[in-house]
Amino acid sequence: MVAQLTSSERQYCAVILILMVIVGVAMAALGKSDPLGVHGVIVIVYSGVLLYLVLSAFYGPEPQEDRQASYYDDPIKVGIALSMAWAVFGMFMGVWVASQLAWPNLAFDAAWSTFGRLRPTHTTGVIFGFGGNALIATSFHVVQRTSRARLAGQISPWFVLFGFNLFCLLAVSGYLIGVTQSKEYAEAEWYADLWLVIVWVVYFILYIRTLARRKEPHIYVANWYYLAFILVVAILHIVNNLAIPVSWGHAKSYTIWAGVQDAMVQWWYGHNAVAFFLTSGFLGMLYYYLPVRAGRPIFSYRLSILSFWGITFFYIWVGSHHLHYTALPHWVQNLGMTFSVMLLVPSWASAGNALLTLNGAWHKVRDDATLRFMFVAAVFYGLATFEGSFLAIRPVNSLSHYTDWTIGHVHAGALGWVALITFGSLYTLVPALWKRPAMYSATLVEVHFWLALAGTLIYVFAMWNSGIIQGLMWRTYTEDGTLTYSFVDTLVAMYPYYIARAFGGLLFLLGAIVACYNIWMTARGAPAAAVVGDGPAQSGVAPAPAE
Amino acid sequence: MPELFHRKLERTAIGLVLAIIAAASVGGIVEIAPLFTIHQTVEDAPDMRVYTPLELAGRNIYEREGCYACHSQMIRTLRDDVERYGPYSLAVESKYDHPMLWGSKRTGPDLARVGGKYSDFWQVAHLTNPRSVVPESNMPAYAFLERTPLEMDDLGQHLAVLRELGVPYTDDMIANAARDAYGQATPDSDFATGVVKRYGEATDVSAFDGVTTEVTEMDALVAYLQVLGRLTDAASREQAAGAPQVGGNGG
Repeated sequence: MVAQLTSSERQYCAVILILMVIVGVAMAALGKSDPLGVHGVIVIVYSGVLLYLVLSAFYGPEPQEDRQASYYDDPIKVGIALSMAWAVFGMFMGVWVASQLAWPNLAFDAAWSTFGRLRPTHTTGVIFGFGGNALIATSFHVVQRTSRARLAGQISPWFVLFGFNLFCLLAVSGYLIGVTQSKEYAEAEWYADLWLVIVWVVYFILYIRTLARRKEPHIYVANWYYLAFILVVAILHIVNNLAIPVSWGHAKSYTIWAGVQDAMVQWWYGHNAVAFFLTSGFLGMLYYYLPVRAGRPIFSYRLSILSFWGITFFYIWVGSHHLHYTALPHWVQNLGMTFSVMLLVPSWASAGNALLTLNGAWHKVRDDATLRFMFVAAVFYGLATFEGSFLAIRPVNSLSHYTDWTIGHVHAGALGWVALITFGSLYTLVPALWKRPAMYSATLVEVHFWLALAGTLIYVFAMWNSGIIQGLMWRTYTEDGTLTYSFVDTLVAMYPYYIARAFGGLLFLLGAIVACYNIWMTARGAPAAAVVGDGPAQSGVAPAPAE
Repeated sequence: MPELFHRKLERTAIGLVLAIIAAASVGGIVEIAPLFTIHQTVEDAPDMRVYTPLELAGRNIYEREGCYACHSQMIRTLRDDVERYGPYSLAVESKYDHPMLWGSKRTGPDLARVGGKYSDFWQVAHLTNPRSVVPESNMPAYAFLERTPLEMDDLGQHLAVLRELGVPYTDDMIANAARDAYGQATPDSDFATGVVKRYGEATDVSAFDGVTTEVTEMDALVAYLQVLGRLTDAASREQAAGAPQVGGNGG
């Protein structure tokens, strides 16, 4: 890591980290016994450890490599490791909270381990920790290869990576000690949010400067999606998190939004976190790693244009479908429903484009579990987007909303689409990055595939059942016109499905652990004799889109 | 040929950036901005009161513990929602809520109108061990709230920030925030009268957790639960007058 930096770059790193330590000290001093003080200590320790790493290699030899002739892959390797670590953490938390719903005493009568505090550690851990690190790592890889240019910075990729992980750490540790804005998927408090803005601006500048160095005249499709991910997430994050802290010494803040406007802003953010974090970025992965692995160009360039702009334009409108039949005015609910249905067109255009790309490579899908991960991910993407449009229709939503059907839908997307495309991409990326002929064990990739698929299916079927059953029970009337079931009756009916769901999640977690082992062993294995054609000077590394 | 134009757009990173921002901005602007300008979005409720400092502290505990992950506070305009939980929620009822806690999942029942539905005693027993009163429940136990003294010294700062955001707290309320929090949970003390004076006769002054020697987080949370749905009676008034028709199943 540090060995690749020149001595002046090491000095910059040290200065940045010393500034971060000072900020941590200020937080600890202002916060005192407030949770802000605890987070000050975490910032000091985190920055201090990194500072130690920099200083301990401070006087090492200068790097020898020719920077113009090589890609900058070290941050990608660390990003993959962090992503997998968060995957195991986040999925473990998921299995734990799922089990608490079936066996509530698994909270062990402590404050930090109750469902309400653990649940955001699961969502933040998998969405931002696992997904975010995977997006950052793959975006660094894809932008270099498709632009045939080295990343436009030596320090900034590390800043983005470690800065983002500091955000995740502050968020997750905060929930355990009771720090939360209670905005779903944006629970982190004001200081963590401010820090993420700084990190994100650096990320954007790095990305756009790397694109500016490109040797290809056109910007490849995958980069459009990564750009949309970076830009729109910034807008959503800033607007939704506008808040005033109680004081400089308080972790607690009050959002500037209230009531119905807050609800609209929150779900404008919440659904577009799904759109631009969990869809756009991962479509970026799909558009690069799927054609590379299949050895075939993207089926249709026109379809990719249609789906890209369709997704970017339509998605922003649909957040209000989370608020059907609420105190949100009807005209907004109707707009949300209408655009949700229209969104199916660009979504299926993407899914279809991916599947048709596999035409001529179906024998590879059969034999290669890595490609099969991506194939199944595209199928789940198509299924989950259809389900999403369907659930956004008001009368359907009256049954599904507030039930586990929504949870099932989210996990069809998160497990079936997001996680599977990530694993497929990582299994393609890891051997290339560490210059190995293949993953350490093809059998373990196969094992992971079946664990992940079985886990997803068990999870989703359990939640479909529980959601639809509970929705129907809530609205069942006796012949006398009174409600048949008390709320507790409907809860009792959920228990078998909660157990099944926890089991499905456990299988998925086991798959991720298998993946960690396989990636670790691949990185440790012997390098291939020679890997040709992986540098900015070589052409033809980007999958050329067909016309 | 649309491709020709797009071929050009793809050659400039800044062009792509601007186009993405433009395309992704329209929906949010069209749907969010009018919610601040169209007057009918939020109904009028002149009688609506603000949260007392103790209720606000309880609300912050509700947020801290992530209660919104399993409990909604939004009764929809559906027949079974209304018959199970009470009159459907109006926008005005959460107009002082920074943030709103409408929720997205009902692992437990909706709480928008839970205030007054159960006794303080029941609420404390239920929070201490939910399965002691509802054997089938899967809710976590919150016994530690009873053991945790409530932090009251900084409540004035909380009220002051909320006033900056538009919640009509008076100077008097801000100056007496900590005293009012103490008084609301300690009915026999001299401070109890101040709460009623500042927040109205209907304010619930009670030894919520049954212990008056110390104000705990349990007091605050129960005070908050008991005020849910009772800041204004605009919803029951409007719906008793037969205003908008409640939709049937799936209607």
